[in-house]
Amino acid sequence: MTVEVLFGLLGVVATGSALLVVTTRQMVHAALWLVVTLGAVAGCYLLLSAEFVAWVQVLIYIGAVVVLLLFGLMLTRAPIGASVDLDASMAQRLAAAVVAGATAGVLVVSLVDAFRGEHIALETDRPRGHSSAVGAALFRDWVLPFEVLSVLLLAALVGAIVLSRRDVSEPAERGVT
Amino acid sequence: MSVFASPDVPGFGSDLPIPWWLLLVKAVAIFVFLVVMTLFAIWWERRVVARMQHRIGPNRVGPFGLLQSLADGVKLALKEDIIPKAADKVVFVLAPIISVTPAFMAFAVIPFGPEVSIFGHRTALQLTDLPVAVLYVLAVASVGIYGIVLAGWSSGSTYPLLGGLRSSAQMISYEVAMGLSFVGVFIYAGSMSTSQIVAAQTQYWYAILLAPSFVIYVVSMVGETNRAPFDLPEAEGELVGGFHTEYSSLKFALFFLAEYINMVTVSALATTLFLGGWHAPFGVTSFWAGANHGWWPIIWFVLKVLIALFVFIWLRGTLPRLRYDQFMRLGWKVLIPSSLGWLLLVATVRAVNAQYNLQSRDVLLYGGAGIVVILLLTFIPDLLATRPSEEPEGEPEWDAMAGGHPVPPMPGQSRPVLTGARASDDDDDLPTEDDT
Repeated sequence: MTVEVLFGLLGVVATGSALLVVTTRQMVHAALWLVVTLGAVAGCYLLLSAEFVAWVQVLIYIGAVVVLLLFGLMLTRAPIGASVDLDASMAQRLAAAVVAGATAGVLVVSLVDAFRGEHIALETDRPRGHSSAVGAALFRDWVLPFEVLSVLLLAALVGAIVLSRRDVSEPAERGVT
Repeated sequence: MSVFASPDVPGFGSDLPIPWWLLLVKAVAIFVFLVVMTLFAIWWERRVVARMQHRIGPNRVGPFGLLQSLADGVKLALKEDIIPKAADKVVFVLAPIISVTPAFMAFAVIPFGPEVSIFGHRTALQLTDLPVAVLYVLAVASVGIYGIVLAGWSSGSTYPLLGGLRSSAQMISYEVAMGLSFVGVFIYAGSMSTSQIVAAQTQYWYAILLAPSFVIYVVSMVGETNRAPFDLPEAEGELVGGFHTEYSSLKFALFFLAEYINMVTVSALATTLFLGGWHAPFGVTSFWAGANHGWWPIIWFVLKVLIALFVFIWLRGTLPRLRYDQFMRLGWKVLIPSSLGWLLLVATVRAVNAQYNLQSRDVLLYGGAGIVVILLLTFIPDLLATRPSEEPEGEPEWDAMAGGHPVPPMPGQSRPVLTGARASDDDDDLPTEDDT
């Protein structure tokens, strides 16, 4: 019982702070609410006894992704206080709400339909969230998507380096002009 | 809370219920241990650095000045608490708390000793034993970065912002190298649980078996804790005090506490992962069989942590601060590639060993020695390459208005002979003492 209540509370925290991410007028605060959201999701993983995934979530998303986001914000501009000039128009807000609602609807319907109230036992001899279970699943059953994703990341990495290096992109520009 | 029960870790939830008061006693003991270690480390650092600089150091308050840190703490608490007008108030107050809480939390998984009996309960000297304990330490440490970044940002001032930026870049870069140095230990021990890693080191310490991992870890742990020679986020000559420039009173004290607890934590992690944990040093067990039983292992553990702390202090007393680009080059171009290569070797040796049952120890030892040599060799081009580029070759042109101010010629530069209307009037370009 406690698990269900805690899970629900964490879900409320996650969605509430996710709403605050998009509604707050202070840029850095938005990033900080994102940290709360991701932390609450990590708490959900922990409740489902997926300790490995939970701590990886904290390490990667909270410890690296959002820190880099903050880093980028502070390198460009991160004013203290509200930045009113970034407010979206009413039409944009409506469109964003429709898209977000539709995505949530699709996800909820497909997940509910897929499991149909099925219960998965968490406390077996070898929990599904154990690091060896995750590793076996990742490198046996899902190895192709995993490798494709890593190639995608590598491409992004190479692209970022090419874009940021002047001495690589300059000859091309010279050729155009 | 049977949810957190994990079947392969005894004594935590699943097999024997630990009474709640015992958990509380352990938690309070860890808290007290960390605070006392901080007070002691500050005093020790001041005394050791003083001795290295032919001074005496604090010696007035208490025996040998041992109570100096306590007196400083009381003084800090009584100072005025200033919040700058331009600051983001909530985040400004939150930042020191975010900084210090993870520092305490990380110690929950460090094993102090084997199972002992406390008031009739058999329990390990460790608050909790997660199956992914080392990952937990890394995750918690990465949360600690927020304290520094947010402190720098929320101060509403330039120098703290720059200090915060530097520290976030630094800690992220060195966390990668640190994580990679752990992977060798995981592969060799077959577990991420601290207690099982310690148990796997009964015979050989991983500092010897996995020497390159250990070297990489030692370098990155100094970078991760923002200590000299990698203390760029608070470089006094460039950034005043760095991220905590605007902080005063107890908030400043919290940052200070967090820095020293982090030092103790990474030292304890080095002890646990590479220096055999609470196991007695080599040879002690040959004449004293009970050295690894009961409460004695705490002594070995604390001794090893103190030695690691001494290395921190020694480095601070010896090495000058690195420049930022040198520091980043060391992290990205030396530590990370070499640890990746080393991991490839370790994984190959383990796989080959599992297949053919070879003597993996020899292969690892020779390979490790080779990689240490390569690591040291990489410093040589650095030493040779940076020197000439810093000092321009030959006699550079003297720019009389360099940087917008009139400046005298530097050594090796000479005044140019003026040609033009004024030069034709006088023999010399500028008035000399003979003219007056």
